[in-house]
Amino acid sequence: MDNLIVHVLTALLYASVLFLIAGGLSLIYGVMRIVNLAHGMLYAFGAYVSAWAVGALAVRWPTAALYALLPLGALAAAGLGAILEPTLLRPFYRRAEEYQLLVTFGLLLILGDLMRFLWGPYPLSASQLYEAMGSLTIGETIYPTYNLVVIAVGLLAAVGMWAFVYKTQFGVVLRATSQNMRMAQALGINVNRVYVQAFTLGCFMAGLGGAIIVPSQGAVLDMGVDALIMAFVVVVIGGLGSLEGALVGALLVGVVREVGITFFPEVELAVLYLMAAVVLLIRPAGVFGRP
Amino acid sequence: MSALPLPPFRVLRWVIPLFVALACLPWLVEPYQTTLFSYGLVMAIAALGFNLLLGYTGLLSFGHSAYFGVGAYAVALLVKYLKVTSLEVLVVGGIIASALVSALFGFVCVRYTKIFFSILTMALSQVLWSLAFKFYHVTGGSDGLRVPTPTLLGTHIAPGEDKMTYLAHRYYYYVLAIFAVCTALMWVIVHSPFGKALQAIRDNETRAEFVGVQVRHYRWVAFVVSGTYTGLAGALWVPLNGLTTPDILHWTFSGEIVFFTVLGGFGTFTGPIVGAIVFNYLKTFAVGYTVYWQMFLGVVLVTLVLALPTGIMGMVGRLLQGRKAPAS
Repeated sequence: MDNLIVHVLTALLYASVLFLIAGGLSLIYGVMRIVNLAHGMLYAFGAYVSAWAVGALAVRWPTAALYALLPLGALAAAGLGAILEPTLLRPFYRRAEEYQLLVTFGLLLILGDLMRFLWGPYPLSASQLYEAMGSLTIGETIYPTYNLVVIAVGLLAAVGMWAFVYKTQFGVVLRATSQNMRMAQALGINVNRVYVQAFTLGCFMAGLGGAIIVPSQGAVLDMGVDALIMAFVVVVIGGLGSLEGALVGALLVGVVREVGITFFPEVELAVLYLMAAVVLLIRPAGVFGRP
Repeated sequence: MSALPLPPFRVLRWVIPLFVALACLPWLVEPYQTTLFSYGLVMAIAALGFNLLLGYTGLLSFGHSAYFGVGAYAVALLVKYLKVTSLEVLVVGGIIASALVSALFGFVCVRYTKIFFSILTMALSQVLWSLAFKFYHVTGGSDGLRVPTPTLLGTHIAPGEDKMTYLAHRYYYYVLAIFAVCTALMWVIVHSPFGKALQAIRDNETRAEFVGVQVRHYRWVAFVVSGTYTGLAGALWVPLNGLTTPDILHWTFSGEIVFFTVLGGFGTFTGPIVGAIVFNYLKTFAVGYTVYWQMFLGVVLVTLVLALPTGIMGMVGRLLQGRKAPAS
């Protein structure tokens, strides 16, 4: 029983981070119809910025104050997104999807090396934040308290996104643009501005995912490429462009992964990719997607 | 049965001297350069196959690493478990394996087009990657599998012969011959009624269906041919590299295949060949010159897509036309 709780918590932990990455990816696709292959790099960027800020101030600030630095990663990723969209992506909306994939693939290569250039090839760590929180005892298992914070942030992000998209004026504009860009434009919505905002928000979510996971895992160069593929699995299962889908997909992937790691570690990844392929076959628009 | 679509004289006028020049290459340059060029030729075979889908059928696969990897791993596993040493058998094994896998994956993937096709091909290639990565006992995991130098047409590497010389001479001619056959075959395919039907599908799926083209079936056949070409390239690549690792199954390698096809220009027949060879030099140069080679390649790709979407051959074609126009 205690073991079960730990397994559920681990699944939720993974699902929280995945939701943040995949939710951003899905939001960007939903509004702009662009599949951003560089999205995982923004997640890694968030992780690096947070780890770097924590590392730089660790000696001068008390540990409790260092937690305030974590959101920096999310803000930095959002800032990067706000620069990238108008400069690099905007020329591509009118061109074939092939070119959009290619330009974001190029961006993936560039951002990957940019991080290598800025922070070197070695992993950065912010583990003092992870350790300072101590751990809980669940039955006979020790569980790190920090992981609960990550789950809480993921949950808050999901609620926040829902409120943002369905309960605010901006959410209405966002959904209108996503449903029919020309009609929205005709009604006087500044579509270019909505695009920048949506892209920035998507990058913010990815950066937040990186920022909250970095104390427990550290920042490594490969994390962006790996995260992107898992985010793809999530959005394919949930439906490209749907936030509810991203949430359900993230939970499903989190659970399947945890079960997989426990019972059949060798094919765990293969099962996840196959799951995406099967969903694409049965319901190409995903569980929640618009056909 | 109509006659084979032979290339016109003006094409052969260029092709024959080019192949004569390529045949002289091992005597003109150092073994290292010849081997480097062999890599380019191998990638060109993969690009030719890839472009049948992208350029002629209008489907962008982001999972062609799967077929390259299947070709390569089929060779490596044949060597490991069945102790096969003859390259002919290995290549046939690689072709059969990649044809089977692409027939299976293609059957699934051609139900979709556009972005869903790209993601589905990518997801399936990642399945193979994760299997190669995790089944350590069979595939060697991230260490990969070593492949010793195979025999060519029944002849062993001579005792005391340097492997570099061997690769630069006999193996180079082997690759060059297969490359020539592949190019000729692809020329026939794209100029056959089948190839024309693919182009019709690319340009307008609905109209193609109305004139009686079985769209999904044609796409599937194109997919299998494309995957098999890429698998053949993988099979030829392994002895050259001496080692196969899961890296060639990862989706970023699929990205490289897309990259060099676009670099050469996917709107033309020769574009992918030129792109693969140029990319090979570009990457070798960048890797040797800086640790930030990915950034270099990324900048090249972004610039290319922004400024030169038709690729190298598209640009050459425009320049040639521009020179002709005032004269006429």
